[in-house]
Amino acid sequence: MKSSRLHSPWTPWLFLAPFLLSFGAFIAWPAVRSLMLAFEQTYGPKTTAFVGTANLQFLVHDPFLWTAVGNTVVFTLAAVVLQIPVALGLALLLNRSDLRGRRFFRLVFFSPSIVGLAFVAILFSFMLEKRTGLINASLHHLFPAWNPDFPWLDRYVMPSLILAQLWISAGFYMVYFLAALQNVPGELLDAAHIDGAGAWQRFWHVTLPEIRPVLNIILLLVVTGSFQLFDLPYLLYNDTAGSGPDNHALTVVTYLFQTGFRSGDLGYASAIGWMLTLVLVGFALIQRRLARAEES
Amino acid sequence: MSTPDHRPLLRPSTLVIYVLLAGFGLITLLPFLWMICAAMKTQQDFYTSQFLPPGNGLFGVAWDHLSLSQFVRLFRELPVPRAMLNSVFLASVGSLLATFFCAAGGYALAKFKFPGRELLTTLILGTVVLPGALLLSPRFETLYHLHLVDHYLGIFLPAVAPAFGLYLFRQAMVNSVPNDILESARIDGCGEVRIFFTIVLPLIRPMISAYLIIAFIALWNDFITPQIILQSPELQPLPVAIFELKGLYAADYNLIMAGTLVSIAPVMFLFLLLQREFISGLTSGAVKG
Repeated sequence: MKSSRLHSPWTPWLFLAPFLLSFGAFIAWPAVRSLMLAFEQTYGPKTTAFVGTANLQFLVHDPFLWTAVGNTVVFTLAAVVLQIPVALGLALLLNRSDLRGRRFFRLVFFSPSIVGLAFVAILFSFMLEKRTGLINASLHHLFPAWNPDFPWLDRYVMPSLILAQLWISAGFYMVYFLAALQNVPGELLDAAHIDGAGAWQRFWHVTLPEIRPVLNIILLLVVTGSFQLFDLPYLLYNDTAGSGPDNHALTVVTYLFQTGFRSGDLGYASAIGWMLTLVLVGFALIQRRLARAEES
Repeated sequence: MSTPDHRPLLRPSTLVIYVLLAGFGLITLLPFLWMICAAMKTQQDFYTSQFLPPGNGLFGVAWDHLSLSQFVRLFRELPVPRAMLNSVFLASVGSLLATFFCAAGGYALAKFKFPGRELLTTLILGTVVLPGALLLSPRFETLYHLHLVDHYLGIFLPAVAPAFGLYLFRQAMVNSVPNDILESARIDGCGEVRIFFTIVLPLIRPMISAYLIIAFIALWNDFITPQIILQSPELQPLPVAIFELKGLYAADYNLIMAGTLVSIAPVMFLFLLLQREFISGLTSGAVKG
């Protein structure tokens, strides 16, 4: 507080000004604008009419939205069940003081997450192809009973997306787990070991409680990230604007994007977006409350 | 710390760990290897071999079937050099601006007390919950009114104020810029702008390099924003350009794989150079230490 006498009251605003100008024009204002639009119906780019909660009412009975919600929930569940254990497993493998080449392996596992989604989509569209693709060919090579013409992209849309996302994300979350594991006090593990705790017991009763805060953050990141799945299906099924065969790739955000940019109904698109925001905020609040209850 | 006979957590045997790591590592890297081979093979070999084409050369590989002709084609016949320059320009200018804006903003929020600071911080950080797609159309509308559609400023201006970046720099300022130094500099009559550039920025250098590369890679990889904001083909960066190439030359697997490879290679190289900074920057928000 004594510092306030040494500098002018305008100084912090001078430093904030560039950020705030951009933030105000391209994040804050669009957020306010989209909230207004959620209660309007847009006919083309110019004409809008206030329709109150009509968008929200329509949303409840929109079969496409519910298809999208179903797909998104399936993807999110698979992401939680696959990405988190794989990421934690890789981190546990790497978290050994005597391991040689830890930085090399960390680099290898992390490398897919710096590949842009447009490039991942191109790569996986080739890799998931029927006979020539790497995935069917490898599976057929390992298990001769595997059908080399397994129709990943045509019939198994969600497994294709889940697989691609697992490749991208496992190493990304692994890095967070590894950082957390390295902060687990060695004395605690030693003490448990002296008390006769086995490897599994030490993991369950010492390591897991210690990395719980990071596990909670990663759960939040995986769920909110998966719920916003868009780029990957949009690019992989670009010929159908991201819907995929029989709308099997349609996610909530893809539907939002299609409604806003393809059909031009910005009002309805905003209503979808704000409903999604409420769901995500609700999840974050519930998860935080549960985490607090656990800790106390 | 640990006694010689001490066995740490989950240690069946060292060999099993290495075998598992090597197996998972191979699975992770196979797509890259497959892509590299595909980029150098002929169309014919793409259909008949998964990695290198079999033949009579060393190790039973038809080395003479491999060539860099698709890379030559990308750079001689197709607008890929231009797209690459566009990407370099967008990602480097954008990441520099975003880093500077976030550093300055984070400094103000962390090191000054002023009315409304808590509210402003909460509002800015609260926007990270908004789905990016929700803001796309209203943002496009604003850019349209400002005549910035199909202009690089239409990408730069929205990209320079990421809430996540502000959060990282605010944390870095709290952790590594001591108040006493700022106070004594002020008592010595040092100007505020000079304090920021000569004292504050050097103290948070690790976060600057970390955020520069985080922002660079994010901008390099962004597909949706340039696809929406830029309309002229000659302005498009690599993700859009290569994706369109895939639409035009769908059957030329080797060409598309070569294009993908040259688009990934620069950020991979950067990442190899700066992986420690990159990862510590990413995890600094979530994990202390």
